[in-house]
Amino acid sequence: MKIKMTVNNQVKIFECEPSDYLLDTLRNNNYVSVRRGCDTTNCGVCTVLMDGKPVPSCSVLTVQAEGKQITTVEGIQEEAEKIGNYFGEEGADQCGYCNPSLALTVYAMKKELVNPTIKEVKKYLVGNLCRCTGYISQERAIMKYLGDKS
Amino acid sequence: MKVVNNLTHSVDGLGILKGRAAYTDDLADKNSLIVKVLRSPHAYAKIVKIDSEEALKLPGIEMVLTHKDFSRVPFTRAGQGYPEPSPHDKFVLDEYVRYVGDEVLAVVGSDLAVCEEALALIKVEYELLEPVLDFEKAIDHKSIIHPEPEAHEMFPIGFEPLRNIAASYHMHVGDVEKTLSECDVVIEETFFTQAQAHVMLEPHTVNARMDYQERLVIYNSTQTPYHMRRIISQGLNIPLSKIRVIKPRVGGGFGGKQGIHGEMLVAYVTYKTGKAAKMVYTRKEVFESSYTRHPMKMKVTLGADKSGVLKAIDFHCLSDTGAYGEHALTVFMVVGSKVLPLYNKVDSVRFYGDVVYTNHTPAGAYRGYGAIQGNFALESAVDMLCVKLGMNPIEFRQLNMMKETETSPIFEIMGEGTAGTAMIMETCKLEECVEKGMKLIDWNDKYPSKDMGNKIKSVGMAIAMQGSGIPYIDMGSATIKLNDDGFYNLLVGATDIGQGSDTVLAQIAAEVLMTTMDKIVIYSSDTDLTPFDCGAYASSTTYVSGNAVFKAANDMLEAILVEARRILKSKEVEFDGVLFTNELGETISLIDLSNEITYSEDQKQLSVTSSYVGHKSPPPFMAGFIEIDIDKETGEVDIVNYVSVVDCGTTINPKLAEGQVDGGIVQGLGMAMFENVQYSKKGALISNSLMTYKIPTRVDINNLTTVFVDSYEESGPFGAKSVGEIGIDTPPAALANAVYNALGIRIKTLPITAEKILLAIKAKERN
Amino acid sequence: MKVSEYIKAKDLNEAYELLREDRKNYIIAGGAWLKLSVKSANKLVSLDALGLDKIVVLGDSIEIGALCTLGQIETNELIKQLYDGILVQAVSSIMGVNIRNIATIGGCVMGKFSFSDIFPVLEVMDTTLVFHKQGEVSLMDFLNNPKFEKDILVKIKIKNNLGKGFFKKVAITALDFSVINIACSKTDGLFSLSVGSTPYIASPCYKAMDYINCLSDINLESIKECANKVVEEIKFSSNNRASKEYREELAKVYISRGIKQVSNYEN
Repeated sequence: MKIKMTVNNQVKIFECEPSDYLLDTLRNNNYVSVRRGCDTTNCGVCTVLMDGKPVPSCSVLTVQAEGKQITTVEGIQEEAEKIGNYFGEEGADQCGYCNPSLALTVYAMKKELVNPTIKEVKKYLVGNLCRCTGYISQERAIMKYLGDKS
Repeated sequence: MKVVNNLTHSVDGLGILKGRAAYTDDLADKNSLIVKVLRSPHAYAKIVKIDSEEALKLPGIEMVLTHKDFSRVPFTRAGQGYPEPSPHDKFVLDEYVRYVGDEVLAVVGSDLAVCEEALALIKVEYELLEPVLDFEKAIDHKSIIHPEPEAHEMFPIGFEPLRNIAASYHMHVGDVEKTLSECDVVIEETFFTQAQAHVMLEPHTVNARMDYQERLVIYNSTQTPYHMRRIISQGLNIPLSKIRVIKPRVGGGFGGKQGIHGEMLVAYVTYKTGKAAKMVYTRKEVFESSYTRHPMKMKVTLGADKSGVLKAIDFHCLSDTGAYGEHALTVFMVVGSKVLPLYNKVDSVRFYGDVVYTNHTPAGAYRGYGAIQGNFALESAVDMLCVKLGMNPIEFRQLNMMKETETSPIFEIMGEGTAGTAMIMETCKLEECVEKGMKLIDWNDKYPSKDMGNKIKSVGMAIAMQGSGIPYIDMGSATIKLNDDGFYNLLVGATDIGQGSDTVLAQIAAEVLMTTMDKIVIYSSDTDLTPFDCGAYASSTTYVSGNAVFKAANDMLEAILVEARRILKSKEVEFDGVLFTNELGETISLIDLSNEITYSEDQKQLSVTSSYVGHKSPPPFMAGFIEIDIDKETGEVDIVNYVSVVDCGTTINPKLAEGQVDGGIVQGLGMAMFENVQYSKKGALISNSLMTYKIPTRVDINNLTTVFVDSYEESGPFGAKSVGEIGIDTPPAALANAVYNALGIRIKTLPITAEKILLAIKAKERN
Repeated sequence: MKVSEYIKAKDLNEAYELLREDRKNYIIAGGAWLKLSVKSANKLVSLDALGLDKIVVLGDSIEIGALCTLGQIETNELIKQLYDGILVQAVSSIMGVNIRNIATIGGCVMGKFSFSDIFPVLEVMDTTLVFHKQGEVSLMDFLNNPKFEKDILVKIKIKNNLGKGFFKKVAITALDFSVINIACSKTDGLFSLSVGSTPYIASPCYKAMDYINCLSDINLESIKECANKVVEEIKFSSNNRASKEYREELAKVYISRGIKQVSNYEN
């Protein structure tokens, strides 16, 4: 079947099966920044934005995304650059496998929460696991990005 | 220094965060055949019959591979140097399956769906054998896990397969029993640690294709591209010259990607069919069918005199290597060699025991291997001895621990798999680490505990050491070439797996060459293009590969000065990284020089390659302090803060070094508190997904305070030692000690869960 | 997972007919647990087009459409006020933000998950469920009766009472399912208590409630007695998250703390 959606502001028509997940459809169509981590909806690595909200693309059927606005990190390059620079400053980059999905979630959080505390930030991002950094450097960088009103 | 020890962004972080194709599966051929493994449902069985007739009829199924397709060449998947100190006890596929999740056969098809359909159609008949599931009963069990005659050791490691022993070891200094009999205070305690999982977020992934020279090109998420090439060549009998291994960005390794996983099968399929092939482990496969940390039982006996001087350590260890013996001996030896020298003033010390086979998921390399287990046992036991001595545990450590300019006989006796190397501690700032940590955690105010109503606040601590590579074994090398326009390529075999070694190595080169990071273009790793490096393990990259880069950069400096002297017709030329100046004040810029030698006159490519092999392994040291709040009625623990004070020599990249420690601490806390490994009665791993195996989340980690003390290790590049593993060692013992300081309860089996604490509180109340 | 067909139902009747037509036809809500719970489906029937994603106040109730996501519920100002926000607390403790943006309250309820953090909270509030065919039923009717499995949940109604609430989830990490979860409420002087993930599905603690609601005044002794009655009455067992014994201890402690909190009890 053919499914139409908007990916990073471009209208796309994907050929897919009813059982295909958005993660695989996106990866098969060269959106390789969207990656698989766990298979059980626990790790957050496959997160994309659907109509602006973070969702796990491993658990959204491609057909469920019909007509929706999908955003991958390729769609928020300017903000990703800002987030990435704060990560660089804080030494928060390690393996980076989870970083595109984390950047998307942080970007959505900035729109959703007004001046959140570190506790609220931790709670919002709890579904974005990281095994490398110990989280604290990421959070220092994220707090700086949240305070960046440019 | 302008670049080293200064804030420098990681060279790859921004591009990765912005979503560039970077990881192994991002680079797979879109038409790759899928290789999917049928995994054993039984802990121990012999395959009697495989019927794959129906599966082979499915359109899209290319082949079904069984043990009959492979010659019986045993190898080890450990991913070590050669000859390996691990037993050669694994075949690509075998007629025996030795754990739930072991490889039975593989199907190869055009997509995942057809492969899964095929797997469901294949009928396998097994003869069930009695599994060995309790590692304390493994030795001389009536079931022998490796009866096959081909299994062998490469040199003596105590391999006795008919007794289910993968390796054995014994060392002693002095007469430990005699010393103990003369001690005023003796304690004997037994500790258990679990089979922690690495949980790197990128699953094990490999893909392969043939190139236009009919060579096998393997993209691989690995820590050891060169060892991988060699082991694949040996295991599949493909000439080494026909194999190219490319390591793209790697999504975390922690030791789990030191070894072989799907590489043999994928390489075989592509080499045989000429078609691209790939395998991506499911998360369940990562848990069940890769490696774990070695679970251990450790009996520690400590003896001291009344004044608190530690006189003897007797350490017996039993280690469970699971179904295959990867790293059996090396991990075991590190339990002693990277833990016991912490208390170097003892009269006698003994370390001994066995590494046994069981029918569980194999154990292998994992960050801090051996050290974290040994540290938990010894640093818990030290606090228990202090209770018996009536002595403050910090004062005890200050009296007994390793200090600068001292040594330990253990360094010479114990290496990794072989004898060790004697060395004096040129840098050991443990005293300062302890002192600083006490201040940062406010030890004197909080020790041992403070009652706060429902909750009780307490602190606990432990000290630790690691190594910096394996002397006389680990080799790293670097190639630097100068380009026109005056920038350099730095080619290293050192394996960046996310720890930031590309950044750190580029910084070292930039510092020596007096240039900026943008003039150093680093590339790792590709066995066709980059020089040899043993890979990312044993805390070796900054120290060993860093020294190689340091040497190469100095060689390049010399090479460009030769050209500058020639061009400026002068014996004395000074260089500031940008401009060459002779004694007459005549100058030429590096850019002009590079352009001239590339295009204009006496043209040549300047390129240097240098190698380094360590002659010692200077240990980094640290003191770890934890502050916790425990709910007295429920046993629930909040980690309030973890203070790490680290001596790793110069931090080449202070922020990335902090990240290494922070990440290690949180993995260590995971092992200490959360990561419970559970097996079914039949030996299947129950904790085989992120739903059942719980790693710490950011909400569980309130704060980390990580600082470095001033330290300069002469033998390291710009004074650096290693920092990759040291962070993981202290959390289990520090937590156990803090729980004791709060409640007077001693938990000796990891993980230290709220449930164990509460049930111990209740048991204590009943007595 | 295999799926033969995905159908967006045009109305509830069509969805209902499709659901009854074949054992292997399913209603898909958010889909969060789909791949873990369904191996193969003939028809997946989506209710996306039916406007069931609204939260409204009607009369003395808050009505939550079955397709409201957990994310919608946790950010709803009305629900944040309800019983000190215990439904928001429970919902926002489930997994991560990304999953809560797809998981729906209807999917959570119809899944009857034993580890559910939502049931204990719904049980201590005045909650009814509205089904397409069988109409409005009490929450306990639904939980105790399999006959609703092949009906379609349309909305959840919670009485907009003024009351105090307490919710506690004990979990190994912040992303884990509950080891145990406990909800308490107090409305017009009456306590309501529920314990879930025992590891069985949440259940109201009837005997404990009878006991404590008959007392004219509570004290430490009676709170302790009430907690003991919870453990006597509710069935606890061991699984891979916790032992029976540990769950019982936790239940006693948090029931006591819950009662104290909702009654502003001070030692």
